[in-house]
Amino acid sequence: MATFGSRQNLFNRVWDEHTVRILPSGQTQLFIGWHLIHEVTSPQAFQMLRDRGLTVMYPERTLASVDHIIPTLNQARPFADGLAEQMMTAIERNCREFGIKLLNLDDEHQGIVHVAGPELGITQPGITLACGDSHTSTHGAFGCIAFGIGTSQVADVFASQTMAIGRPKVRRVEVSGRLSHGVYAKDATLHVIRKLGVEGGVGYAYEYAGDVFDRMNMEERMTVCNMSIEGGARCGYINPDQTTVDYLRDRPFSPKGQAFDRAAQWWLSRASGPNADFDDRVAFDGGEIEPTVTWGINPAQSVGVNEQIPSAGSYPAHKQGELREALAFMDFRENQPIKGTKIDVAFIGSCTNSRISDLREAAKVAKGHHVAKNVRALVVPGSQQVLAQAEKEGLHEIFKSAGFEWRAAGCSMCLAMNPDKLVGREICASSSNRNFKGRQGSPTGRTLLMSPAMVAAAAINGVVSDVREML
Amino acid sequence: MQTIESITARAIPLPLDDIDTDRIIPARYLRCVTFEGLGEHAFEDDRQQNAEHPFNQPQFQGAGILLAGRNFGCGSSREHAPQSLMRWGVKAIVGESFAEIFFGNCTANGIPCVCADPEALRQLGAAVTAAPKTELTVNLVNKTVTCGTRSFPISMQEGARQSLVTGNWDFLGQLVEVASQTREVAQRLPYMNSFA
Ligand code: SF4
Repeated sequence: MATFGSRQNLFNRVWDEHTVRILPSGQTQLFIGWHLIHEVTSPQAFQMLRDRGLTVMYPERTLASVDHIIPTLNQARPFADGLAEQMMTAIERNCREFGIKLLNLDDEHQGIVHVAGPELGITQPGITLACGDSHTSTHGAFGCIAFGIGTSQVADVFASQTMAIGRPKVRRVEVSGRLSHGVYAKDATLHVIRKLGVEGGVGYAYEYAGDVFDRMNMEERMTVCNMSIEGGARCGYINPDQTTVDYLRDRPFSPKGQAFDRAAQWWLSRASGPNADFDDRVAFDGGEIEPTVTWGINPAQSVGVNEQIPSAGSYPAHKQGELREALAFMDFRENQPIKGTKIDVAFIGSCTNSRISDLREAAKVAKGHHVAKNVRALVVPGSQQVLAQAEKEGLHEIFKSAGFEWRAAGCSMCLAMNPDKLVGREICASSSNRNFKGRQGSPTGRTLLMSPAMVAAAAINGVVSDVREML
Repeated sequence: MQTIESITARAIPLPLDDIDTDRIIPARYLRCVTFEGLGEHAFEDDRQQNAEHPFNQPQFQGAGILLAGRNFGCGSSREHAPQSLMRWGVKAIVGESFAEIFFGNCTANGIPCVCADPEALRQLGAAVTAAPKTELTVNLVNKTVTCGTRSFPISMQEGARQSLVTGNWDFLGQLVEVASQTREVAQRLPYMNSFA
């Protein structure tokens, strides 16, 4: 491989290749290979273009999907929610006017933008990608450098196919060994965030490396990179390997025939070599990771399922206020076991964990059981492709006969911009990525993050459970 | 573009860590196609749940400088968060640290996010709590925040600071200037040519 012996890591290699110039501010003007957009953060950006009489520079490198506000029950237009309908109309009109392909509800590839992009083969190693959504870090699973951006930057990328950004440092996060049975990619990423903190990654891009990530399939890698942002990192990535190349073969946007072989060779040559330099390194032992559950109001406030919620005494002084605030909001006590916590709602979905392998794992747990009385349980596939595949495999029947609702593709209860919401003080076992106050639609609603299999186990038992006892 | 060298205004203290963008502007207010009207919903849920929330208190209405804690603005990339603060009246934020996308969004809207150490923030918070009419000055040129006779050092990512003080915080104009150079970079990338 060309890069063997090179000290340059993937991040810096890709960054240099995409640098247009250094701006007077000292930031880099970085070329963006693919721009993904959705209905929530794009309308104001299109307006900025209109206000200045600008156009989209590379409409053919821009793809739109609708996901955040999509109802998952009744998708007849106009939507019952007038504001959601207005946003739909806006993205339809904007995409038409600026010549951008839109994965609308009638498109078999519509779905959460971070599920649909990779499925289509748009996300490839060695490219840069941006999207007006913080979980754009998901695409890093392919060794793609992917940034979540704000609306002003969406306008920047529209007009110039570049963005202004300061160069982050690169930290290698190594997880060695093997995850034990019943421990998933979600647990690994929650564990890393727990150990490094929600601001541990500020100023860094994360390179995830080591046996645990090497062994993962692409969907698991996406789960890990997805939550880089929860750890404060600007982006996260995993070096491309044969798993990456195999995934990309025969996708709609993948190169075909001999071009694919040339592509594969180039992709693999992007990877950090064994002598690559990093600004920082941390290491964890995968064998020590347990099924992990959050108990608080940020994603680092988590414990292993058999551990207790921490006591104030075990917390550093400057974090104690935060701990008390979280306990008060959650109505939990210090030293309370997390296992056995009663739940009201179970949500399997979101760009973290709504792919086919997630649904397969959850279905394995649900099969032959029934959702506990008084628990409302939802399965929301991440895309229409996932939905179709799941139905082909009969997973929807397993879920439905276990008492789960089977819904149409979208973001749904991950942030509840559509009708799927928590009510009042409900507690939700959720496979999503954020447990912030009010995140799931009720200002006082409570979220416990965990893997999809753990959500299924909680749904069946009505309480937070150790999924390993059900496998 | 307007140069932003210093901001003088009354301040509002919000000394909490890890304030996420869902709290600054809850997702239900993102159902919109313009940023208009977001100001009145800043911290909506926190304000509902806590009558004592600084954003509810009459003495802090009209404040222009927000005193924050660590990792302010973590969470989503929604520019609705700085937009709602800006429309509420915030012109500058002094905190211990900021989440990066939030920081970039603020800069793009001409709102400096500057860092001060926890002790400075504590003293500033105490001063404005005791006398809410006190005006603070955030000065990006000599890198200080002053409160009466007291002055504390502030720091800010140099690129962002430069762009604000020189009036170059509208990146769009600069980025489109070099379209031909951008196309050259694209030309060199094998994937932009379908690996032909
Ligand atoms: S699933 Fe949740 S985190 Fe992912 S893009 Fe949708 S709202 Fe954002």
